[in-house]
Amino acid sequence: MKQYKAPVLLNQQVSNRYWHMIVNTSMLDQSVEPGQFFQIRCADKYTPFLRRPLSVYRINEHTTEFLYLVKGKGTTEMTTIEQGDTIDLMGPLGNGFQIDSSMKTILLVARGVGVATLAAVAQAAYNKQIHCVAILSARTKEDLLAAEFLEGFGADVYKVTEEDGTSDVTNVQSIITNEIFGKYKIDCIYTCGSRRLSKLAQEMSTNYDIPGQIALEEHMGCAMGACFACVCDVMDGDVTKSVRVCIEGPVFPLRKVVIE
Amino acid sequence: MMKKLNTEVKIGTLTLKNPVMPASGAFGVEMQDAIDFNQLGAILPKSITKYPQPGNAKPRVCETTAGMINSIGIQSKGIDYFLSTIIPSFDTFEPPLIASISADSIEEFVEMSTILGNNGSVSALELNISCPNLKGDGSAFGMDKSVTNKLISEVRQVTELPLIAKLTPNVTSIQEIAIAAEKGGADALNVANTLLAMAIDVDSKRPLIGNVMGGFSGPAVKPIIVRMIYQVAQVSSLPIIGCGGIMNGRDALEMIIAGASAVQVGTASFIHPTALTDILNEIETYLIEHDIDDINELVGSVIV
Ligand SMILES: Cc1cc2nc3c(=O)[nH]c(=O)nc-3n(C[C@H](O)[C@H](O)[C@H](O)COP(=O)(O)OP(=O)(O)OC[C@H]3O[C@@H](n4cnc5c(N)ncnc54)[C@H](O)[C@@H]3O)c2cc1C
Ligand SMILES: Cc1cc2nc3c(=O)[nH]c(=O)nc-3n(C[C@H](O)[C@H](O)[C@H](O)COP(=O)(O)O)c2cc1C
Repeated sequence: MKQYKAPVLLNQQVSNRYWHMIVNTSMLDQSVEPGQFFQIRCADKYTPFLRRPLSVYRINEHTTEFLYLVKGKGTTEMTTIEQGDTIDLMGPLGNGFQIDSSMKTILLVARGVGVATLAAVAQAAYNKQIHCVAILSARTKEDLLAAEFLEGFGADVYKVTEEDGTSDVTNVQSIITNEIFGKYKIDCIYTCGSRRLSKLAQEMSTNYDIPGQIALEEHMGCAMGACFACVCDVMDGDVTKSVRVCIEGPVFPLRKVVIE
Repeated sequence: MMKKLNTEVKIGTLTLKNPVMPASGAFGVEMQDAIDFNQLGAILPKSITKYPQPGNAKPRVCETTAGMINSIGIQSKGIDYFLSTIIPSFDTFEPPLIASISADSIEEFVEMSTILGNNGSVSALELNISCPNLKGDGSAFGMDKSVTNKLISEVRQVTELPLIAKLTPNVTSIQEIAIAAEKGGADALNVANTLLAMAIDVDSKRPLIGNVMGGFSGPAVKPIIVRMIYQVAQVSSLPIIGCGGIMNGRDALEMIIAGASAVQVGTASFIHPTALTDILNEIETYLIEHDIDDINELVGSVIV
């Protein structure tokens, strides 16, 4: 983990609430894995103060991309960064997803900006000739980000939204069991972005005995494992164990996490 | 010819090669990728408790204007784990290790100090007297001068190690508490722990911290800490460790000029992982630029 000043190549609004940033990360001396994240200094000011964790959306040879939801102070500041500016990042941090080349088909279940994290999985899977099936859930159709990006990697994308009244858990469950499981043998489930969908993915993983991985989000302090702000519970056999999302995660085995 | 710069400072019988060390709870062995621990004045791991403790509800941190509030709750694996795992993890580093102790009662402080005092790898003890006294009325030990005095004097009986009393700023008179700690036999005073604070999300009307209240740190608190260092320096002859809101070398120098012999840096490392060593370099540059060969000349040099 190191701190870098990286040149910003693009910072552009892609929908009402979402922005896309590309930074030149050719100075990194280690590879970046899907599921890993960077701690971003949104502005060189004391307010907003803390760094913001953003996972990698796309990983390229010399650049790293982020897809971010404009939520509060930090991400609002980020939108003012212009092409040609530099951004202060720390990373790559955390453990990424495991994407075993022996798999044939995987299922991605993403809600909202969770797709930013799972898009990198789709990209890596494509490079390993693994087929992706994805369920993207969002409030509105406009917020269904990256669907085309995933389709570009050959993914079959199912879109559900509140706007269409299709995003309730029962419907998503029926899409998974009736449509997806009918068509494909899923080797692994990857999920990020929603407690309800994660619970569903966890149930599917247990009931159908399919391994799964989940990327968790917690409010972070240091993001280096020192401060114990971003803890969550995982099962270690029969006992629950407190782990730090920043260094022991953010990706965990789906069946082990205690989803609150 | 360049004169040799002296950055050595003394905390009781303990000599630090420079005045910059981490603040408890904002430092861990995990940070060795980011900075060279051997450059630090001392190593100071997170406070430990006697028994394993789970920590508080989430969210455990929130951001405020130029600062943050935390309520981690001393998530600790207990003193046995500290002895078996944490201490050895710092064995390969040169700076002296200061162990920070949190306890529920004076008896427990005494018991833990005895154990740690007999451990050859521990060079000093920092007593986190800002934690609540569960056998008393639940308020922090360091909020009451007679409790502070009793705690320090009882710990003093069981160990020769330098004792640093980490004061709480949540008091009416920090001077009274400082005097009580000095009379109890402390070798140094850490001014100070976090300020009790609260923040609320006006949309949800809920506190931003799971535990409702928490400790305020970061640059916003610095003027309060500088004031307290100045006040404590007026009534106590003990070395002071300034702690709270240091983000850069000039902030550290401000505390030294107010009366601190050494400084601790916590939250700044969350923003800049190299903060500790950057601050040390900035202090050295200042000394050179101001033609000061001994940092001790600066301590308490404020002109009022
Ligand atoms: C490992 C990880 C990866 C993430 N990846 C992405 C991503 O790719 N794209 C994206 O848009 N968002 C992502 N998030 C969420 C993102 O970090 C928050 O949306 C962001 O911190 C909000 O900052 P803000 O100042 O705009 O909002 P505010 O609500 O003003 O933030 C206030 C404070 O709360 C923290 N906070 C608020 N929401 C979250 C959250 N969901 N998770 C953690 N901390 C939070 C902020 O960091 C800040 O300290 C990720 C979170 C984690 C932990
Ligand atoms: C996340 C976090 C955890 C902390 N944990 C402890 C602790 O275990 N023991 C302690 O004495 N102080 C603890 N503190 C307080 C710091 O040591 C320090 O006194 C305070 O943060 C002010 O310094 P700063 O502004 O440089 O961070 C903690 C602070 C933070 C931010």
